[in-house]
Amino acid sequence: MIHIVVCIKQVPDSAQIRVHPVTNTIMRQGVPAIINPYDLFALEEALRIKDKFGGFVTVITMGPPQAEAALRKALSFGADDAILVTDRAFAGADTLATSFALASAIRQIEKGMPVDLVFCGKQTIDGDTAQVGPGIAKRLNLELLTYISSIVSVNTDKKEIVVQRRSEGGVQVLKTRLPSLVTMLEGSNEMRFATMPNMIRAARTTIKRWDRVAAGIEDVTKIGLKGSPTVVSKVFAPSPKTVKAEIIQTNSGEPDEMAATLLMKMFTKYPHVREQLEKSAV
Amino acid sequence: MSEEVKKPAGKRKFELDPKLAEYRGIWVFIEHERGTPHSVSWELLGEGRKLADKLGVQLAGVVMGAPGDDTRRFCQEAFYHGADHCYLMEDILLKDYRNQPYTKGMTDLVNAYKPEILLLGATTLGRDLAGSVATTLQTGLTADCTELNIDVEIRSLLATRPTFGGSLLCTIQTLNYRPQMATVRPRVMAMPKRDNTRSGNITEHKLSMIETDIITKVLEFIPDENTNKVNLEYADIIVSGGKGLKKQENFQLIWDLAKVLGAEVGATRPLVQSGWVEAVRQVGQTGKTVRPKLYIAAGISGAIQHRVGMDASDVIIAINSDPNAPIFDFATYGIVGNAMTILPALTAAFRKELSARNTAAVAA
Repeated sequence: MIHIVVCIKQVPDSAQIRVHPVTNTIMRQGVPAIINPYDLFALEEALRIKDKFGGFVTVITMGPPQAEAALRKALSFGADDAILVTDRAFAGADTLATSFALASAIRQIEKGMPVDLVFCGKQTIDGDTAQVGPGIAKRLNLELLTYISSIVSVNTDKKEIVVQRRSEGGVQVLKTRLPSLVTMLEGSNEMRFATMPNMIRAARTTIKRWDRVAAGIEDVTKIGLKGSPTVVSKVFAPSPKTVKAEIIQTNSGEPDEMAATLLMKMFTKYPHVREQLEKSAV
Repeated sequence: MSEEVKKPAGKRKFELDPKLAEYRGIWVFIEHERGTPHSVSWELLGEGRKLADKLGVQLAGVVMGAPGDDTRRFCQEAFYHGADHCYLMEDILLKDYRNQPYTKGMTDLVNAYKPEILLLGATTLGRDLAGSVATTLQTGLTADCTELNIDVEIRSLLATRPTFGGSLLCTIQTLNYRPQMATVRPRVMAMPKRDNTRSGNITEHKLSMIETDIITKVLEFIPDENTNKVNLEYADIIVSGGKGLKKQENFQLIWDLAKVLGAEVGATRPLVQSGWVEAVRQVGQTGKTVRPKLYIAAGISGAIQHRVGMDASDVIIAINSDPNAPIFDFATYGIVGNAMTILPALTAAFRKELSARNTAAVAA
């Protein structure tokens, strides 16, 4: 049996974030929270390995109490157990402090059942850093496999895994030992539908809540704001450009005429664009 | 000499913790795979040069690879693009990128020579390496920066990056740890002028590892088929489409124009999510950053998530039926109208203009 831990994060649905047209600040009210879309590829891949070899999938997240909803959703897809790592002491954590807390919690999970694989999404859609996965791997001394497009094989007896990894200009086929940490690439699979029995189970399951102590963390200088080497010194709106587009207007307003006028204006003012076009056009 | 250094007498001078003050100089990781250096390395050297001059320190390139990987040529190129010095680590174990030996090599170099700032490209390789190195060294790392600057007085890197899906920017500092690390996506920084009169010295350092130390093995490398390779980041001309094209069939108009221009094709995130276009063609916050000489945006409203990926383009032509679309606030030229009729007209106009030119060239 194989034990897989999947790290997920609850994020605001960025597709629904709007910027206030006048104040240029973000309007967060009413934006629904979702499981980070990249994490779903990780969860689905973990569930597929479980389907194939038999196993146990634990989902874990660090976040505020509301993040429980994300874990319940993961249970409805078929995860077996869920742990919410939540404590005010974690507030203000950057990626280094986050990976410290999650790695520590995974060590606690291991006390119950050894962990063979840790799955993460490629990155989150709110932070976009792609740093927490590598951070956890280094702290737990797991082999790090990032940008994985496909799990080719898992040998549970020999404790070996073969994967395809997206790299610049091609795909690396890598073989390594378990335990390892995999960050899944988007598009590598498609999340299954939640089944009725799993939805009922998800609704009834009591989700474990671990505070700092339960997560095995003694040193408070390693977590939250104190454990974060980076500090945000300024948040500001991008400066609006003062020069607006020159709108092409012609007498007739016919497309052909507008196109011709545009080309004439552009080629006169930006001769380098014309030079480039002469080079690349066939 | 920068002005910030000349503080009025009497004001107490900031003293950097002696442990942090040991770290000096700026490093740029020179990324290369299978004989080709990644251009983001030169872009970072261009930016690193400015930072090094502000701090009054050296700029160094870090080249890691196997003997025969052309590593010395990459050092030369680093000098041509602004580096004063290069750290070279050559070992057969560094033949293909693998996290373990590269992380060990880079952390050993940092611990031996102590740079105050370390910059890497935000590529698949760079992000994999940066995250591992920062955790191993227990220091701060800021991902996907769009602007780098220095607070000279406290020798602090000011790393600015988009946050909240690109709608705001934040500046991040690593005050009490060294080195200060940051990654920058390809094409965010401008390519510096190559100057082949420049030169520098190379410091070699050994990787103290043997193959049996390394757990992960590369079984095979499957290169992308060149015919399908989309190189959006470095395209000189891009034609992009958005939701305003309404139907998938209409996206063909983008391809038609791109063909006449010899351009690459881009798209917004909603089109990629609807499956009209492959994900590698997505321009914007969660896609590619581009800076072509000409960017034509058809049926694109210009939401901030798209804008951050393309507003460094030299010339932007926007076609949108909504005269109040935000894209007209930052495009160079705008045509208010239906993209489905404007695009074919543009294609015809470009074809006419460019073929007239080619005929003239042949006649001459």
